[in-house]
Amino acid sequence: MGVLGSPAAGGGVERASYTTKFGSLESFDKGGVELVNDDARHYAFSNVFDVASRSKPWEKVAVGKNMEYVLEVVRAEGISEWRTAAHDEFAVCLDGEVTLDLVKLDSSPLAEGSEGSVAIDGEPVGPRMGRVYLKRGHQALLPAGAAYRFTATVTGVMLIQTIAGPDTQFRWAQICQTV
Amino acid sequence: MTVSDIQVVQSEGTNAEGYHEFSLGEFTFRRDEFFVYIGWPTGNHIMSADAFLRALQRDVAWDFFYGVVNFDGVFGTVNHYGTVDIFAGRYNESYRKAELDYSENVETPQIRETFKAVLADWTNATFDPFASPHETGAAFGIKNGENISAVTRRRVAANRMVAVPGDEQIRSDASGFPVNRMFRDVDQSEPVIEVEPGYEGEVAAFSLFAYLSRSDVTWNPSVVSACKDSLFCPTTEEYILPIIHGNDRVEWFLQLSDQITWEVEDRDTGAVRSRVVMKAGDICAMPADIRHQGYSPKRSMLLVWENNSGDIPDLIASGKSPTYPIEF
Repeated sequence: MGVLGSPAAGGGVERASYTTKFGSLESFDKGGVELVNDDARHYAFSNVFDVASRSKPWEKVAVGKNMEYVLEVVRAEGISEWRTAAHDEFAVCLDGEVTLDLVKLDSSPLAEGSEGSVAIDGEPVGPRMGRVYLKRGHQALLPAGAAYRFTATVTGVMLIQTIAGPDTQFRWAQICQTV
Repeated sequence: MTVSDIQVVQSEGTNAEGYHEFSLGEFTFRRDEFFVYIGWPTGNHIMSADAFLRALQRDVAWDFFYGVVNFDGVFGTVNHYGTVDIFAGRYNESYRKAELDYSENVETPQIRETFKAVLADWTNATFDPFASPHETGAAFGIKNGENISAVTRRRVAANRMVAVPGDEQIRSDASGFPVNRMFRDVDQSEPVIEVEPGYEGEVAAFSLFAYLSRSDVTWNPSVVSACKDSLFCPTTEEYILPIIHGNDRVEWFLQLSDQITWEVEDRDTGAVRSRVVMKAGDICAMPADIRHQGYSPKRSMLLVWENNSGDIPDLIASGKSPTYPIEF
Protein backbone atom coordinates (compact mmCIF):
# COMPACT_ATOMS: atom_id res chain seq x y z
CA MET A 1 0.00 0.00 0.00
CA GLY A 2 1.38 3.38 -1.00
CA VAL A 3 1.67 6.32 1.34
CA LEU A 4 -1.62 8.11 1.64
CA GLY A 5 -1.86 11.42 -0.13
CA SER A 6 -4.30 14.26 0.23
CA PRO A 7 -8.07 14.25 -0.08
CA ALA A 8 -8.99 14.55 -3.74
CA ALA A 9 -11.57 16.91 -5.18
CA GLY A 10 -14.15 14.16 -4.94
CA GLY A 11 -13.54 13.70 -1.21
CA GLY A 12 -11.72 10.34 -1.27
CA VAL A 13 -8.09 10.06 -0.19
CA GLU A 14 -5.64 9.06 -2.92
CA ARG A 15 -2.21 7.54 -2.79
CA ALA A 16 0.69 9.97 -2.78
CA SER A 17 2.01 8.46 -6.00
CA TYR A 18 1.08 5.90 -8.63
CA THR A 19 3.10 3.58 -10.84
CA THR A 20 2.09 3.28 -14.49
CA LYS A 21 2.56 -0.23 -15.80
CA PHE A 22 3.69 -0.64 -19.40
CA GLY A 23 4.60 -3.93 -21.01
CA SER A 24 7.88 -4.84 -22.69
CA LEU A 25 9.59 -7.74 -24.40
CA GLU A 26 11.31 -8.51 -21.11
CA SER A 27 8.24 -8.23 -18.94
CA PHE A 28 4.62 -8.62 -19.90
CA ASP A 29 1.62 -10.12 -18.19
CA LYS A 30 -1.34 -11.33 -20.22
CA GLY A 31 -4.98 -11.10 -19.27
CA GLY A 32 -7.57 -13.03 -21.25
CA VAL A 33 -11.16 -13.71 -22.14
CA GLU A 34 -13.17 -15.40 -19.39
CA LEU A 35 -16.00 -17.05 -21.29
CA VAL A 36 -19.55 -17.32 -20.03
CA ASN A 37 -21.44 -17.94 -23.27
CA ASP A 38 -19.25 -17.15 -26.26
CA ASP A 39 -16.36 -18.32 -28.44
CA ALA A 40 -12.91 -16.98 -27.55
CA ARG A 41 -11.97 -16.77 -31.22
CA HIS A 42 -14.52 -13.99 -31.73
CA TYR A 43 -12.28 -11.72 -29.66
CA ALA A 44 -8.93 -12.56 -31.36
CA PHE A 45 -7.22 -11.89 -28.04
CA SER A 46 -3.41 -11.73 -28.06
CA ASN A 47 -0.59 -9.69 -26.57
CA VAL A 48 1.76 -7.60 -28.68
CA PHE A 49 4.82 -8.37 -26.59
CA ASP A 50 4.05 -12.07 -26.60
CA VAL A 51 3.68 -11.99 -30.38
CA ALA A 52 6.91 -10.02 -30.84
CA SER A 53 8.78 -12.36 -28.53
CA ARG A 54 7.94 -15.21 -30.93
CA SER A 55 8.54 -13.28 -34.18
CA LYS A 56 11.56 -12.94 -36.40
CA PRO A 57 13.04 -9.45 -36.70
CA TRP A 58 10.88 -7.13 -38.82
CA GLU A 59 8.16 -9.70 -39.57
CA LYS A 60 4.86 -7.88 -39.90
CA VAL A 61 2.41 -9.95 -37.85
CA ALA A 62 -1.22 -8.85 -37.83
CA VAL A 63 -2.67 -8.58 -34.33
CA GLY A 64 -5.75 -6.64 -35.40
CA LYS A 65 -7.82 -6.66 -38.58
CA ASN A 66 -10.87 -4.62 -39.49
CA MET A 67 -11.85 -5.20 -43.11
CA GLU A 68 -8.78 -4.21 -45.14
CA TYR A 69 -7.10 -2.39 -42.29
CA VAL A 70 -4.61 -4.08 -39.98
CA LEU A 71 -2.50 -3.46 -36.93
CA GLU A 72 0.87 -5.14 -37.33
CA VAL A 73 3.34 -5.97 -34.59
CA VAL A 74 6.99 -5.89 -35.54
CA ARG A 75 9.92 -7.15 -33.52
CA ALA A 76 12.48 -4.36 -33.99
CA GLU A 77 15.93 -5.90 -33.98
CA GLY A 78 18.88 -4.81 -36.13
CA ILE A 79 18.12 -2.96 -39.36
CA SER A 80 14.93 -3.34 -41.38
CA GLU A 81 14.56 -3.38 -45.14
CA TRP A 82 13.38 -0.24 -46.89
CA ARG A 83 9.61 -0.17 -47.41
CA THR A 84 7.05 2.16 -48.92
CA ALA A 85 3.28 2.54 -49.22
CA ALA A 86 1.02 4.68 -51.38
CA HIS A 87 -0.86 5.85 -48.28
CA ASP A 88 0.14 7.18 -44.89
CA GLU A 89 1.09 4.62 -42.28
CA PHE A 90 1.98 5.18 -38.64
CA ALA A 91 4.45 3.50 -36.31
CA VAL A 92 4.29 3.45 -32.52
CA CYS A 93 7.34 2.33 -30.58
CA LEU A 94 5.99 0.18 -27.74
CA ASP A 95 9.39 -0.94 -26.43
CA GLY A 96 13.05 -0.32 -27.22
CA GLU A 97 14.64 2.50 -29.21
CA VAL A 98 14.36 2.83 -32.97
CA THR A 99 15.74 5.27 -35.52
CA LEU A 100 13.53 6.00 -38.53
CA ASP A 101 15.07 7.15 -41.83
CA LEU A 102 12.90 8.67 -44.55
CA VAL A 103 13.64 9.16 -48.26
CA LYS A 104 11.30 10.80 -50.77
CA LEU A 105 11.14 8.36 -53.67
CA ASP A 106 11.80 9.76 -57.13
CA SER A 107 9.63 7.00 -58.48
CA SER A 108 7.30 4.83 -56.41
CA PRO A 109 7.00 1.13 -57.31
CA LEU A 110 3.34 1.34 -56.31
CA ALA A 111 0.35 2.49 -58.32
CA GLU A 112 -1.59 5.37 -56.85
CA GLY A 113 -4.32 4.01 -54.60
CA SER A 114 -2.62 0.69 -53.96
CA GLU A 115 -2.90 -0.61 -50.41
CA GLY A 116 -0.36 -1.98 -47.98
CA SER A 117 3.39 -1.55 -47.90
CA VAL A 118 5.98 -3.30 -50.05
CA ALA A 119 9.70 -3.83 -49.71
CA ILE A 120 12.06 -1.85 -51.93
CA ASP A 121 14.88 -3.63 -53.70
CA GLY A 122 18.20 -2.13 -52.74
CA GLU A 123 18.64 1.47 -51.68
CA PRO A 124 15.84 3.97 -52.31
CA VAL A 125 16.45 6.64 -54.94
CA GLY A 126 15.46 10.15 -53.98
CA PRO A 127 16.21 13.00 -51.63
CA ARG A 128 16.65 12.40 -47.92
CA MET A 129 13.66 13.71 -45.94
CA GLY A 130 14.89 13.30 -42.41
CA ARG A 131 15.47 11.08 -39.43
CA VAL A 132 13.44 10.48 -36.27
CA TYR A 133 14.68 8.95 -33.02
CA LEU A 134 11.89 7.02 -31.34
CA LYS A 135 11.66 5.71 -27.80
CA ARG A 136 8.88 3.90 -25.96
CA GLY A 137 5.55 5.63 -26.48
CA HIS A 138 6.62 7.68 -29.48
CA GLN A 139 4.52 7.67 -32.66
CA ALA A 140 5.79 8.63 -36.13
CA LEU A 141 4.23 9.34 -39.49
CA LEU A 142 5.36 7.09 -42.35
CA PRO A 143 4.24 9.41 -45.14
CA ALA A 144 2.69 8.20 -48.37
CA GLY A 145 5.26 7.90 -51.16
CA ALA A 146 8.27 7.90 -48.86
CA ALA A 147 10.69 5.05 -48.33
CA TYR A 148 11.31 4.24 -44.68
CA ARG A 149 13.75 2.09 -42.78
CA PHE A 150 14.02 1.34 -39.07
CA THR A 151 17.20 0.74 -37.13
CA ALA A 152 16.72 -0.68 -33.65
CA THR A 153 19.38 0.73 -31.36
CA VAL A 154 17.70 -1.19 -28.55
CA THR A 155 15.65 -4.28 -29.48
CA GLY A 156 11.99 -3.49 -29.15
CA VAL A 157 8.45 -3.70 -30.46
CA MET A 158 6.71 -1.53 -33.05
CA LEU A 159 3.01 -1.25 -33.79
CA ILE A 160 2.15 -0.32 -37.39
CA GLN A 161 -1.21 1.23 -38.36
CA THR A 162 -1.65 0.30 -42.01
CA ILE A 163 -3.57 -1.70 -44.61
CA ALA A 164 -2.91 -5.39 -45.22
CA GLY A 165 -0.22 -5.91 -47.84
CA PRO A 166 1.70 -8.78 -49.41
CA ASP A 167 4.03 -9.11 -46.44
CA THR A 168 1.41 -9.00 -43.69
CA GLN A 169 1.57 -12.26 -41.76
CA PHE A 170 -1.70 -13.78 -40.54
CA ARG A 171 -1.23 -16.44 -37.90
CA TRP A 172 -4.28 -16.02 -35.69
CA ALA A 173 -4.44 -19.62 -34.53
CA GLN A 174 -0.88 -19.36 -33.24
CA ILE A 175 -1.16 -16.01 -31.46
CA CYS A 176 -4.75 -15.82 -30.21
CA GLN A 177 -6.59 -17.33 -27.29
CA THR A 178 -8.80 -20.08 -28.76
CA VAL A 179 -10.60 -21.57 -25.74
CA MET B 1 -32.35 21.16 -40.59
CA THR B 2 -30.09 23.94 -39.34
CA VAL B 3 -29.38 24.85 -35.76
CA SER B 4 -31.46 28.01 -36.17
CA ASP B 5 -34.48 25.84 -37.11
CA ILE B 6 -34.29 23.85 -33.91
CA GLN B 7 -36.59 24.53 -31.03
CA VAL B 8 -35.44 22.88 -27.82
CA VAL B 9 -38.56 22.17 -25.82
CA GLN B 10 -38.03 23.10 -22.20
CA SER B 11 -40.17 24.39 -19.35
CA GLU B 12 -40.61 28.12 -19.15
CA GLY B 13 -39.63 28.21 -15.52
CA THR B 14 -37.56 25.98 -13.29
CA ASN B 15 -38.72 23.37 -10.83
CA ALA B 16 -38.35 23.56 -7.06
CA GLU B 17 -34.70 22.47 -7.34
CA GLY B 18 -33.90 25.14 -9.90
CA TYR B 19 -33.70 22.95 -13.03
CA HIS B 20 -35.61 23.22 -16.28
CA GLU B 21 -37.60 20.26 -17.54
CA PHE B 22 -37.23 19.12 -21.14
CA SER B 23 -39.05 17.04 -23.71
CA LEU B 24 -38.03 15.46 -27.00
CA GLY B 25 -40.87 13.88 -28.97
CA GLU B 26 -42.83 11.89 -26.43
CA PHE B 27 -39.87 11.60 -24.03
CA THR B 28 -39.77 13.86 -20.99
CA PHE B 29 -36.80 14.65 -18.75
CA ARG B 30 -36.60 16.23 -15.30
CA ARG B 31 -34.14 16.14 -12.43
CA ASP B 32 -34.09 16.91 -8.75
CA GLU B 33 -31.30 16.85 -6.18
CA PHE B 34 -30.29 13.22 -6.72
CA PHE B 35 -32.13 11.76 -9.66
CA VAL B 36 -33.13 12.11 -13.28
CA TYR B 37 -36.65 11.02 -14.28
CA ILE B 38 -37.31 9.93 -17.87
CA GLY B 39 -40.83 9.42 -19.10
CA TRP B 40 -42.32 7.98 -22.31
CA PRO B 41 -45.84 6.88 -23.32
CA THR B 42 -45.54 3.35 -21.97
CA GLY B 43 -43.41 3.89 -18.88
CA ASN B 44 -40.86 5.83 -16.94
CA HIS B 45 -37.38 5.39 -15.57
CA ILE B 46 -35.13 6.80 -12.85
CA MET B 47 -31.33 7.24 -12.91
CA SER B 48 -28.76 8.79 -10.62
CA ALA B 49 -28.06 12.36 -11.79
CA ASP B 50 -24.36 11.57 -11.59
CA ALA B 51 -24.60 8.52 -13.90
CA PHE B 52 -27.03 10.23 -16.27
CA LEU B 53 -24.86 13.32 -16.74
CA ARG B 54 -21.68 11.27 -17.25
CA ALA B 55 -23.44 9.24 -19.97
CA LEU B 56 -25.09 12.29 -21.52
CA GLN B 57 -21.72 14.04 -21.71
CA ARG B 58 -20.25 11.20 -23.79
CA ASP B 59 -23.30 10.93 -26.04
CA VAL B 60 -23.13 14.66 -26.79
CA ALA B 61 -19.35 14.86 -27.14
CA TRP B 62 -19.20 11.83 -29.44
CA ASP B 63 -22.17 13.00 -31.50
CA PHE B 64 -23.92 9.70 -30.64
CA PHE B 65 -20.82 7.61 -31.41
CA TYR B 66 -20.85 4.30 -33.30
CA GLY B 67 -23.97 2.23 -32.71
CA VAL B 68 -25.76 2.13 -29.38
CA VAL B 69 -25.05 4.32 -26.37
CA ASN B 70 -26.84 2.70 -23.44
CA PHE B 71 -27.04 5.09 -20.50
CA ASP B 72 -27.94 1.99 -18.46
CA GLY B 73 -29.94 -1.18 -19.05
CA VAL B 74 -33.04 0.75 -20.11
CA PHE B 75 -32.41 4.14 -21.71
CA GLY B 76 -30.15 5.17 -24.58
CA THR B 77 -29.62 6.17 -28.21
CA VAL B 78 -28.81 4.46 -31.53
CA ASN B 79 -26.85 6.40 -34.12
CA HIS B 80 -28.03 6.16 -37.72
CA TYR B 81 -25.58 8.87 -38.82
CA GLY B 82 -28.06 11.59 -39.72
CA THR B 83 -30.86 10.50 -37.45
CA VAL B 84 -30.81 9.03 -33.97
CA ASP B 85 -33.18 6.61 -32.24
CA ILE B 86 -33.89 7.52 -28.66
CA PHE B 87 -35.18 4.48 -26.81
CA ALA B 88 -36.39 3.04 -23.54
CA GLY B 89 -36.29 -0.69 -22.94
CA ARG B 90 -35.44 -1.54 -26.56
CA TYR B 91 -32.36 -3.55 -25.61
CA ASN B 92 -33.89 -4.97 -22.44
CA GLU B 93 -35.50 -8.37 -22.87
CA SER B 94 -37.95 -7.88 -20.01
CA TYR B 95 -39.20 -4.55 -21.29
CA ARG B 96 -39.61 -5.98 -24.77
CA LYS B 97 -41.53 -9.05 -23.58
CA ALA B 98 -43.79 -6.81 -21.53
CA GLU B 99 -44.18 -4.53 -24.57
CA LEU B 100 -43.12 -1.57 -22.49
CA ASP B 101 -40.25 -0.65 -24.78
CA TYR B 102 -40.50 2.51 -26.81
CA SER B 103 -38.35 4.41 -29.29
CA GLU B 104 -38.50 7.40 -31.56
CA ASN B 105 -36.32 8.40 -34.48
CA VAL B 106 -35.30 12.05 -34.51
CA GLU B 107 -33.11 14.23 -36.70
CA THR B 108 -29.60 14.39 -35.30
CA PRO B 109 -29.52 18.20 -34.93
CA GLN B 110 -32.73 18.10 -32.87
CA ILE B 111 -31.49 15.57 -30.34
CA ARG B 112 -28.02 17.12 -30.34
CA GLU B 113 -29.29 20.56 -29.37
CA THR B 114 -31.77 19.15 -26.86
CA PHE B 115 -29.16 17.01 -25.12
CA LYS B 116 -26.69 19.90 -25.11
CA ALA B 117 -29.30 22.08 -23.43
CA VAL B 118 -30.05 19.42 -20.81
CA LEU B 119 -26.34 18.93 -20.11
CA ALA B 120 -25.72 22.66 -19.75
CA ASP B 121 -28.72 23.22 -17.49
CA TRP B 122 -28.28 20.20 -15.22
CA THR B 123 -24.50 20.31 -14.73
CA ASN B 124 -23.64 22.38 -11.68
CA ALA B 125 -20.49 24.43 -11.16
CA THR B 126 -19.12 21.74 -8.84
CA PHE B 127 -19.31 18.89 -11.36
CA ASP B 128 -17.30 17.87 -14.43
CA PRO B 129 -18.96 14.86 -16.12
CA PHE B 130 -15.75 13.98 -18.01
CA ALA B 131 -13.65 13.74 -14.85
CA SER B 132 -12.84 10.81 -12.63
CA PRO B 133 -14.77 10.84 -9.32
CA HIS B 134 -11.47 11.75 -7.62
CA GLU B 135 -11.16 14.86 -9.76
CA THR B 136 -14.56 16.47 -9.47
CA GLY B 137 -17.13 17.50 -6.93
CA ALA B 138 -20.63 16.08 -6.81
CA ALA B 139 -23.30 16.17 -9.48
CA PHE B 140 -25.96 16.29 -6.79
CA GLY B 141 -27.92 19.04 -5.12
CA ILE B 142 -30.13 21.89 -6.16
CA LYS B 143 -29.14 24.14 -9.04
CA ASN B 144 -25.76 25.66 -8.25
CA GLY B 145 -24.26 27.58 -11.16
CA GLU B 146 -23.00 25.95 -14.33
CA ASN B 147 -19.84 24.44 -15.82
CA ILE B 148 -20.12 25.35 -19.48
CA SER B 149 -16.40 25.14 -20.22
CA ALA B 150 -16.29 21.55 -18.96
CA VAL B 151 -19.33 20.33 -20.88
CA THR B 152 -18.37 22.00 -24.16
CA ARG B 153 -14.77 20.84 -24.47
CA ARG B 154 -13.60 20.65 -28.07
CA ARG B 155 -13.18 17.08 -29.20
CA VAL B 156 -9.70 16.40 -30.57
CA ALA B 157 -9.69 14.82 -34.03
CA ALA B 158 -6.46 14.78 -35.99
CA ASN B 159 -6.85 14.73 -39.77
CA ARG B 160 -3.49 13.07 -40.33
CA MET B 161 -1.59 12.84 -37.07
CA VAL B 162 -1.06 14.88 -33.94
CA ALA B 163 2.07 17.07 -34.29
CA VAL B 164 1.91 17.32 -38.07
CA PRO B 165 2.07 21.04 -38.93
CA GLY B 166 -1.46 22.45 -39.27
CA ASP B 167 -3.01 19.47 -37.46
CA GLU B 168 -3.76 18.86 -33.78
CA GLN B 169 -0.80 19.71 -31.61
CA ILE B 170 0.83 18.09 -28.60
CA ARG B 171 -0.28 18.96 -25.07
CA SER B 172 1.82 20.90 -22.59
CA ASP B 173 1.62 22.82 -19.33
CA ALA B 174 1.54 26.01 -21.39
CA SER B 175 -1.46 24.83 -23.42
CA GLY B 176 -3.37 23.98 -20.25
CA PHE B 177 -2.75 20.26 -20.05
CA PRO B 178 -0.61 19.36 -17.02
CA VAL B 179 0.45 15.76 -16.48
CA ASN B 180 -2.31 13.84 -14.73
CA ARG B 181 -1.67 12.92 -11.10
CA MET B 182 -1.70 9.18 -11.93
CA PHE B 183 0.76 9.55 -14.83
CA ARG B 184 3.51 11.59 -13.14
CA ASP B 185 5.96 8.75 -13.78
CA VAL B 186 5.38 8.78 -17.56
CA ASP B 187 8.42 9.91 -19.57
CA GLN B 188 7.70 13.32 -21.07
CA SER B 189 10.53 13.38 -23.62
CA GLU B 190 9.50 14.00 -27.22
CA PRO B 191 11.14 12.28 -30.23
CA VAL B 192 14.24 13.93 -31.66
CA ILE B 193 13.44 14.91 -35.25
CA GLU B 194 15.89 15.93 -37.96
CA VAL B 195 14.10 17.38 -40.99
CA GLU B 196 15.58 18.29 -44.33
CA PRO B 197 14.33 21.62 -45.73
CA GLY B 198 11.07 21.26 -47.59
CA TYR B 199 9.86 18.21 -45.69
CA GLU B 200 8.66 19.88 -42.50
CA GLY B 201 5.10 18.72 -43.16
CA GLU B 202 6.09 15.11 -43.78
CA VAL B 203 8.62 14.25 -41.10
CA ALA B 204 6.62 14.24 -37.89
CA ALA B 205 6.46 12.38 -34.62
CA PHE B 206 5.27 12.89 -31.06
CA SER B 207 5.13 11.09 -27.76
CA LEU B 208 1.75 9.39 -27.69
CA PHE B 209 2.29 8.33 -24.07
CA ALA B 210 3.16 11.87 -22.94
CA TYR B 211 0.17 13.18 -24.90
CA LEU B 212 -2.16 10.74 -23.16
CA SER B 213 -0.61 11.41 -19.76
CA ARG B 214 -1.84 14.99 -20.13
CA SER B 215 -5.44 14.16 -21.02
CA ASP B 216 -7.87 16.03 -18.78
CA VAL B 217 -10.80 13.70 -19.45
CA THR B 218 -11.68 10.06 -19.00
CA TRP B 219 -13.41 7.64 -21.35
CA ASN B 220 -13.27 9.96 -24.34
CA PRO B 221 -11.63 8.41 -27.43
CA SER B 222 -10.21 11.04 -29.79
CA VAL B 223 -8.39 10.63 -33.07
CA VAL B 224 -4.59 10.95 -33.08
CA SER B 225 -3.87 9.40 -36.49
CA ALA B 226 -5.84 8.37 -39.58
CA CYS B 227 -4.88 5.82 -42.24
CA LYS B 228 -7.87 6.43 -44.53
CA ASP B 229 -10.83 5.10 -42.46
CA SER B 230 -8.57 3.41 -39.92
CA LEU B 231 -8.60 5.68 -36.87
CA PHE B 232 -6.39 5.50 -33.79
CA CYS B 233 -8.59 6.84 -30.99
CA PRO B 234 -6.63 6.53 -27.74
CA THR B 235 -8.13 7.60 -24.45
CA THR B 236 -7.36 7.56 -20.76
CA GLU B 237 -9.63 5.59 -18.48
CA GLU B 238 -10.34 5.70 -14.77
CA TYR B 239 -13.25 4.29 -12.77
CA ILE B 240 -16.17 3.05 -14.95
CA LEU B 241 -17.10 3.70 -18.57
CA PRO B 242 -20.24 5.79 -18.00
CA ILE B 243 -22.13 4.16 -20.84
CA ILE B 244 -22.61 0.59 -22.02
CA HIS B 245 -21.49 0.74 -25.63
CA GLY B 246 -23.42 -1.43 -28.07
CA ASN B 247 -21.41 -2.02 -31.22
CA ASP B 248 -22.64 -1.65 -34.79
CA ARG B 249 -19.22 -2.70 -36.09
CA VAL B 250 -16.17 -4.51 -34.79
CA GLU B 251 -13.86 -2.28 -32.78
CA TRP B 252 -10.51 -3.16 -31.28
CA PHE B 253 -8.85 -2.34 -27.98
CA LEU B 254 -5.12 -2.33 -27.33
CA GLN B 255 -4.29 -1.80 -23.67
CA LEU B 256 -1.30 0.53 -23.66
CA SER B 257 -0.84 0.70 -19.90
CA ASP B 258 -2.22 -0.74 -16.68
CA GLN B 259 -5.44 -2.77 -16.73
CA ILE B 260 -9.11 -2.62 -17.69
CA THR B 261 -11.74 -5.30 -17.12
CA TRP B 262 -14.58 -5.38 -19.64
CA GLU B 263 -17.98 -6.86 -18.94
CA VAL B 264 -19.36 -8.07 -22.27
CA GLU B 265 -23.03 -8.77 -22.89
CA ASP B 266 -25.22 -9.57 -25.86
CA ARG B 267 -26.02 -6.27 -27.52
CA ASP B 268 -29.74 -6.92 -27.92
CA THR B 269 -30.68 -8.86 -24.78
CA GLY B 270 -28.04 -7.97 -22.22
CA ALA B 271 -27.25 -11.65 -21.57
CA VAL B 272 -23.70 -12.04 -20.22
CA ARG B 273 -21.22 -13.38 -22.79
CA SER B 274 -17.79 -12.89 -21.25
CA ARG B 275 -15.44 -10.88 -19.10
CA VAL B 276 -12.27 -9.63 -20.79
CA VAL B 277 -9.27 -8.77 -18.65
CA MET B 278 -6.78 -6.60 -20.54
CA LYS B 279 -3.27 -5.90 -19.29
CA ALA B 280 -0.56 -3.76 -20.88
CA GLY B 281 0.08 -5.05 -24.39
CA ASP B 282 -3.11 -7.07 -24.66
CA ILE B 283 -5.18 -6.54 -27.79
CA CYS B 284 -8.63 -7.86 -28.61
CA ALA B 285 -11.69 -7.26 -30.74
CA MET B 286 -15.11 -6.33 -29.50
CA PRO B 287 -17.54 -8.14 -31.86
CA ALA B 288 -20.27 -6.19 -33.64
CA ASP B 289 -23.13 -7.85 -31.76
CA ILE B 290 -22.09 -7.17 -28.18
CA ARG B 291 -22.23 -4.35 -25.68
CA HIS B 292 -19.46 -3.65 -23.23
CA GLN B 293 -18.57 -1.61 -20.17
CA GLY B 294 -15.07 -1.13 -18.81
CA TYR B 295 -13.64 -0.84 -15.30
CA SER B 296 -10.25 0.77 -14.78
CA PRO B 297 -8.97 0.73 -11.18
CA LYS B 298 -6.08 3.09 -11.96
CA ARG B 299 -5.97 5.67 -14.73
CA SER B 300 -4.86 3.71 -17.77
CA MET B 301 -4.09 4.29 -21.44
CA LEU B 302 -6.30 2.49 -23.95
CA LEU B 303 -5.93 2.56 -27.72
CA VAL B 304 -9.37 2.28 -29.29
CA TRP B 305 -9.07 1.36 -32.96
CA GLU B 306 -12.04 2.09 -35.20
CA ASN B 307 -12.93 1.57 -38.85
CA ASN B 308 -14.86 4.72 -39.71
CA SER B 309 -16.33 3.40 -42.98
CA GLY B 310 -19.97 4.33 -43.35
CA ASP B 311 -20.68 1.07 -45.16
CA ILE B 312 -20.05 -1.22 -42.21
CA PRO B 313 -23.34 -1.00 -40.25
CA ASP B 314 -25.33 -2.04 -43.32
CA LEU B 315 -22.87 -4.79 -44.22
CA ILE B 316 -23.17 -6.26 -40.75
CA ALA B 317 -26.90 -5.73 -40.39
CA SER B 318 -27.49 -7.43 -43.77
CA GLY B 319 -25.27 -10.37 -42.86
CA LYS B 320 -22.79 -9.63 -45.66
CA SER B 321 -20.08 -9.10 -43.09
CA PRO B 322 -19.69 -11.24 -39.94
CA THR B 323 -20.07 -9.77 -36.48
CA TYR B 324 -16.56 -10.86 -35.54
CA PRO B 325 -13.39 -9.80 -37.33
CA ILE B 326 -11.55 -13.00 -38.25
CA GLU B 327 -12.29 -16.59 -39.22
CA PHE B 328 -9.72 -18.99 -37.86
